[in-house]
Amino acid sequence: MNNHEIITEGAAIAHGHEGAAEHHAHEHHEQHFIWKYIFSQDHKMISKQFLVTGIIWAIIGALMSVFFRLQLGFPDSTFPIMEKVLGEWAKGGKLSPEFYYALVTMHGTILVFFVLTAGLSGTFANLLIPLQVGARDMASPFMNMLSYWFFFLASILMFVSLFVETGPASGGWTTYPPLSALKEASLGAGVGMDLWLLSMATFVVSSLLGGLNYISTVLNMRTKGMTMTRMPLTIWALFFTAVLGVLSFPVLFSGFVLLIFDRNFGTSFYLSEIFIGGKALPHIGGSAILYQHLFWFLGHPEVYIIMLPGMGMASEVLSTHSRKPIFGYFAMIISLIGITVLAFVVWAHHMFVTGMSPFLGSIFVLLTLLIAVPSAVKVFNWLTTIWRGNIRFTTPMLYALGFVSLFISGGLTGIFLGNSALDIHLHDTYFVVAHFHIVMGVSAFFGMFAGIYHWFPKMFGRYMNNTLGYIHFFITFIGAYLIFWPMHYEGIAGMPRRYYDYSAWESFKHFQGVNGFISIVATIVFVAQLLFVFNFFMSMYRGRKVTTKNPWGSTTLEWTTPIEPGHGNWEGDIPEVYRWPYDYKDDGNGGDFIPQTVPLRPGEEAH
Amino acid sequence: MSVFIIITLIVLVFIIIYQIGRASEYAVVLRGEEKVKAQANGVIAILLLLLFPLGVWGIWECNEMFKDRLLPVAACKTGENYDTMFMVTTTVTGIVFFLTQFLLFWFCYKYQASSKRSAFFFAHSNKLELVWTTIPAIAMAILVAIGLRNWYDVTSVAPAEATVVEIVGKQFNWLVRYPGKDNELGKRDFRKIDDANNVLGLDWTDPHNADDIISQNGELHVVVGKPVKLLIGSRDVIHDVGLPHFRMKMDAVPGITTTLWFTPSITTDSMKQITKNPDFVYEIACDQLCGKGHYSMRGTVIVETPAQHEKWLASQQSYYSQNSPSATPGTPAAGENAKPKTDSVKAVTMK
Repeated sequence: MNNHEIITEGAAIAHGHEGAAEHHAHEHHEQHFIWKYIFSQDHKMISKQFLVTGIIWAIIGALMSVFFRLQLGFPDSTFPIMEKVLGEWAKGGKLSPEFYYALVTMHGTILVFFVLTAGLSGTFANLLIPLQVGARDMASPFMNMLSYWFFFLASILMFVSLFVETGPASGGWTTYPPLSALKEASLGAGVGMDLWLLSMATFVVSSLLGGLNYISTVLNMRTKGMTMTRMPLTIWALFFTAVLGVLSFPVLFSGFVLLIFDRNFGTSFYLSEIFIGGKALPHIGGSAILYQHLFWFLGHPEVYIIMLPGMGMASEVLSTHSRKPIFGYFAMIISLIGITVLAFVVWAHHMFVTGMSPFLGSIFVLLTLLIAVPSAVKVFNWLTTIWRGNIRFTTPMLYALGFVSLFISGGLTGIFLGNSALDIHLHDTYFVVAHFHIVMGVSAFFGMFAGIYHWFPKMFGRYMNNTLGYIHFFITFIGAYLIFWPMHYEGIAGMPRRYYDYSAWESFKHFQGVNGFISIVATIVFVAQLLFVFNFFMSMYRGRKVTTKNPWGSTTLEWTTPIEPGHGNWEGDIPEVYRWPYDYKDDGNGGDFIPQTVPLRPGEEAH
Repeated sequence: MSVFIIITLIVLVFIIIYQIGRASEYAVVLRGEEKVKAQANGVIAILLLLLFPLGVWGIWECNEMFKDRLLPVAACKTGENYDTMFMVTTTVTGIVFFLTQFLLFWFCYKYQASSKRSAFFFAHSNKLELVWTTIPAIAMAILVAIGLRNWYDVTSVAPAEATVVEIVGKQFNWLVRYPGKDNELGKRDFRKIDDANNVLGLDWTDPHNADDIISQNGELHVVVGKPVKLLIGSRDVIHDVGLPHFRMKMDAVPGITTTLWFTPSITTDSMKQITKNPDFVYEIACDQLCGKGHYSMRGTVIVETPAQHEKWLASQQSYYSQNSPSATPGTPAAGENAKPKTDSVKAVTMK
């Protein structure tokens, strides 16, 4: 492809004023292993640390789901292999109810926070923000390093909690008190819950350190010419993700602190009039619902913390691989702003049936359904982006397309659940499970996969194997629909979530066959994810080498760096930016795109 | 050992797949990268195009398979309104779903890469943005309007003639209290609870408590056609009264009282005929994770004719007469042996 020459030329133009003598000492400085790979302050290395930790957690979290799906799908069978892995908790190859709930809880916590928050934002905000805005590193590389190490500490605490005698937390990933506050209420409310709270508190610290860094880097460290409206949509998305996190995680933290007080120091923030374990507790006047308000004040924005990076990356990937500008760049930014603002004022739609005032509920119905408008704008803009494009079905492109498909499917069921009059029947049924797994589980994962396949060449200077990528995509995409589509029907019939066994229920027991089917597909999809992990690590060392700076023919700045950039990213000066990031058009030399670093041609209008 | 064997096997299979993948990459280079890539692109485009009809067929099959198991027959008026609103929402979202998914997969096929054509530079159009901002906004406004009408209907104040029944959750079953002859529920206090002889902590100094009836087997007896108002409470953690046939649920939160009301319109006996299921029973499902026995926290609603209800009521003793404070601890409660017959062995109540 003749684009390659243009890239080189483009880069040469950008580097034209680069003085030969001027170079950055630290790029040529041999670093000790520890400072280069472990306590690294290089944003690219930190992003890889987040990614690898995220992958390890994803395997653990997904394996847990396989175990509890086996129990749910085949309640009458035993699986000796489970006893081998889980020991006492699966005596005779059958999960105990107590541990079933612990697995469900850990699966949720791990996937929502450790994988789709830290693993997703941590990886791509770190990798892409400096590279795409044209900065040598984050505003504070040291804080950035701390952000990873607090996450690491949180990971250790959570991991340890899996091995304590009374088991890990088991009150659901939302850990509502009093169930999570009283040791008498369940085994998981013992030491496991203390570790859970400590781990999550540490996690919040990590998230804040990272988020503040992302925000200040985007606002202050953009290269010359990189105005806010010339930033790629990935950066806009990651920026709003950080804003959401910084403003809402502290509220969650306060909720956790009060819970720690209730658990250990005899306060009554969440507890009132409780008789448990054969005695009446002295707590009076607390409100269990208060915790839910504090939790969901983060919990809902959290959904968008998970979704926005995927939206940004899908926009970037769809545009690049369709060889077409993203449609409605400004509309995309405005819809991101709309989603971010609305994300803060819809939290109580998780609480329509808690006894909250119906009038208050109706306000939240209105605000919740409003989010459908910016979301719809995004979907239509994505569709128009690929319309009349010249689509190359690379692996990242397939994932971005899958992302759009799943976002539509999962988003539409949100219209049911956001409407309190419909939620009153569907609340806490499998309809909810289907909804959020499609829209913020699988869909966010698809955004993440699109990002990994797309930026893998930038991270490691090699490609991931394409054939394996295609196999991974088709199994995961079809599998995701096979797993979650039937769950809608179960939910419509009123089948509650978080049940260990349905066989005693006249209203739900006829879904046994479907549950078995879902479990089988889930296991297959899990193995397909292992194939991805395998591809990831093998390609790191054995993958085909990248030979050009800009393998996808992309316009953005990260592709102007050397194939394997050192600490500091660019040798010589940071390139200057002259145009918006989506100039996929005839460059006058037979190429179909113009990088951001190419000045406007005479007579050419800026976007 | 078997764990390691399985892991080794999986890794071996992956290595084989990976090697095949790598070999195919080398083959691509040998055969001419551009040509092979273009072929692969075409194949993927066709596969994606096939996904759409495949998906539609799958949805059709699913609908056929589940059509008699979707929303169960609604057993109250608000439940029927619910079903109408559900159908309206499904229609609106269904149209959007099929339209957008079709466009997505069709565009993939239609606009696959071709050296003959280049992409159309089309960066923005305010007119289009306006169209697809306004239409969803209007659609949402309509759905909100329908939703709020139904919501205020469901959450409105119960009519004065409604029967009041209290239902209290505990780990892991439901306690139902009827007001008895004086039609008034007496005061209760969680500090007076005693599992042996005062499960709800009734205050015996309140005369209204003397005739209150407590059924400890989770049976909620209501009269067809007569509004019933539930006062919902919890003894320990948060539970939730889930009534799928009445399209309602409400949390049971310790420390506060929540309410629900509805007018059952079909008796349990008629429902057995409608569903052609002799074992049919209206179930109360706990819908808020409450601990290890959450999945077995089951209650039932028995919708009866007034005559049946009178008969049942006459057979009940007041809780006071069964367990006066002076009674010896451990007196078995009346309901214990009257479990519904549909309770399978698995529905063990955990203590």
